[in-house]
Amino acid sequence: MEFWKDPINTIFASLLKSFTSGGMSEVLATILIWLIGILLFVTFAMVLDIFLVWIERKVVARFQDRLGPNRIGPFGIFQPFADIVKLLIKEDITPVGADVILFNLAPIFSMMSVLLLWAIMPFAPLMVGVDLNVGMLYLVAAGSIGTLSVIMAGWASNNKYATMGAFRTVAQMISYEIPMVAAILVITVLAGSMGAVGIVEAQEIPFIFYAPLTFIIFLISAIAELGRSPFDLNEAESEIVAGFHTEYTGMKFGLFYAGELLHSFTFGGFIALLFFGGHRFFGLEELGPIVGALIFIGKALFFYWVIMWVKYTVPRIRIDHMLAFNWKFLTPLAFILLMVTALVGRLFLESNWLVPALFLSNILIAWLTVEYLKSHARKEREKEEALKPSAQMTQH
Amino acid sequence: MQITQILFLIFAAIILGSAFKVVTTKKMIHAAFWLIVTLFGVAALYAMLNAGFMAMVQIVVYVGAITILFIFAIMLTRKELLDSAAPLNKNWTVAALFALLSFSGLFTLLNNWRGFANTAPELSADMDTITELGTALVTPNAYLLPFEVASVLLLAALIGAVYVANEAKSE
Amino acid sequence: MIPISWYLILAAALFSIGLFGVLARKNAVAILLGVELMLNAVNINLVTFWRYNAPETVTGQVFAIIVFAVAAAEVAVGLALIISIYRNRNTIVADDLDMMKW
Repeated sequence: MEFWKDPINTIFASLLKSFTSGGMSEVLATILIWLIGILLFVTFAMVLDIFLVWIERKVVARFQDRLGPNRIGPFGIFQPFADIVKLLIKEDITPVGADVILFNLAPIFSMMSVLLLWAIMPFAPLMVGVDLNVGMLYLVAAGSIGTLSVIMAGWASNNKYATMGAFRTVAQMISYEIPMVAAILVITVLAGSMGAVGIVEAQEIPFIFYAPLTFIIFLISAIAELGRSPFDLNEAESEIVAGFHTEYTGMKFGLFYAGELLHSFTFGGFIALLFFGGHRFFGLEELGPIVGALIFIGKALFFYWVIMWVKYTVPRIRIDHMLAFNWKFLTPLAFILLMVTALVGRLFLESNWLVPALFLSNILIAWLTVEYLKSHARKEREKEEALKPSAQMTQH
Repeated sequence: MQITQILFLIFAAIILGSAFKVVTTKKMIHAAFWLIVTLFGVAALYAMLNAGFMAMVQIVVYVGAITILFIFAIMLTRKELLDSAAPLNKNWTVAALFALLSFSGLFTLLNNWRGFANTAPELSADMDTITELGTALVTPNAYLLPFEVASVLLLAALIGAVYVANEAKSE
Repeated sequence: MIPISWYLILAAALFSIGLFGVLARKNAVAILLGVELMLNAVNINLVTFWRYNAPETVTGQVFAIIVFAVAAAEVAVGLALIISIYRNRNTIVADDLDMMKW
């Protein structure tokens, strides 16, 4: 029964007892158990990653009206292992003139920036690596390590397409960090905490009802941060080959690829955590932490699927549109939302009307934004049409 | 030796070693990456000083923004980058002398200070540094004015940087 | 426990290394890197004094945050100037920028 209520600490206590009974000092045993725990946790993430590859390939096949892998194992579930074997036996090429140390460090950093995020993922109340009181800032900091890996890879490859791809990707990641931070700030204002556990605890009603527009902004900027379509500018083959990982072969490329998939899943988890109550699901989480963790993983998989849905539905956007969309639209909107949320939250503090007021204010902002966009588009169109006849005149 | 002391020594070695590489490496891009190592070391020190917020801000601001700017600038001024000439100018011995002087001067000054061997007081368990920091930054009696001035400075720097770096199109 | 002296000596050493970088490097970007090291040394000192002398007030951390803002502003303007100079003079070696010297 103890195990059901608090699995991690129960395992920890029993392991500690068996370790120290053999004459090991308590400090050493604790550190050893921590290391084993971290190793198991990371292994869990990596094994999950293998199945994410399978899910990705199956889902994209369905979106494109194909069957997807179906030869190895039931439903082709062992296809990723075949992929891994293929990646492992490929030749490991380091291009001439490459900066060898940085070239080899970049994929490691890319994977690291994702695995770091797992340290603060609250699967269930007592199943969390560490409950940092600056958790959401940690999320942004880990993202900046990802940016670093991109620029490292792009520079070290000694390839102009890789460098240009890295420039593009870094410009995108840095730009979209700003609306993302603003969206996280809205959640911080609502929850009164930056820690992951505190945010989940504050969600008696999921924050999606407090801040639906913020959810959309966070989703868009998360997709941009991941570099998935419509923001997969680094994969524009006809322009820059494959961006910053053009020169990577074998398992080094595999690390970038696996890092991207695991990153998507992790962001699915963070969307579930920030906007959909984490491990909460209509009181079902009362059954125990393991059920809570399963609910959390289910939600994370759902939002992983949403990110894939966007990826395989929306075409790639042009680079100047990508930057203009961020700086002229998303960033101002995110800051307006932050101000409105703070103001409305203050006015309706401790009142039952808080949720409806915030929801209505979000709807109002959405309506105003759509109206503004409509008038803007009309103006642009009229300008174009005014130019057209004169252009034809000069031709004749 | 306590475990925190060993950790401190490891971080100090990382910080000083990488800082030395920053000022002596020939390849500029490597200097920038060594600077990142230094900054991570400093962030670890902040974490050891119970300033978790500062550690995170250090990584977000320095690693995520400032060093990326440095790397961009180094790549944009590429001609110098491939320069295989000596990284130090001819006065480097004088500079080293100055650096040693400043270190020994600071050390002597600190050595005469009576609080030099102080250890840290215990933090009370219920203290929430982040909330206090946030409140202090927006309280008029505390640091609202410096905070606003810093924001205006950042805005001015932003506009100035764009103006200076922008190529004049209409001559 | 770590005595305050360790942190202060580390900060002094980091500051001196930064000073050496500023004085001795040829490349203007490298000089800015040295300035960053010096600012970091200052920040270590500020946070250390906050922790050891006045943990109940947050003054030291506020100062350090303002140093962050100043560092960001300094880097943005400094690098913009260097890029502008590189465009006009095609060099960023600090010794070669002697147009004002007659």
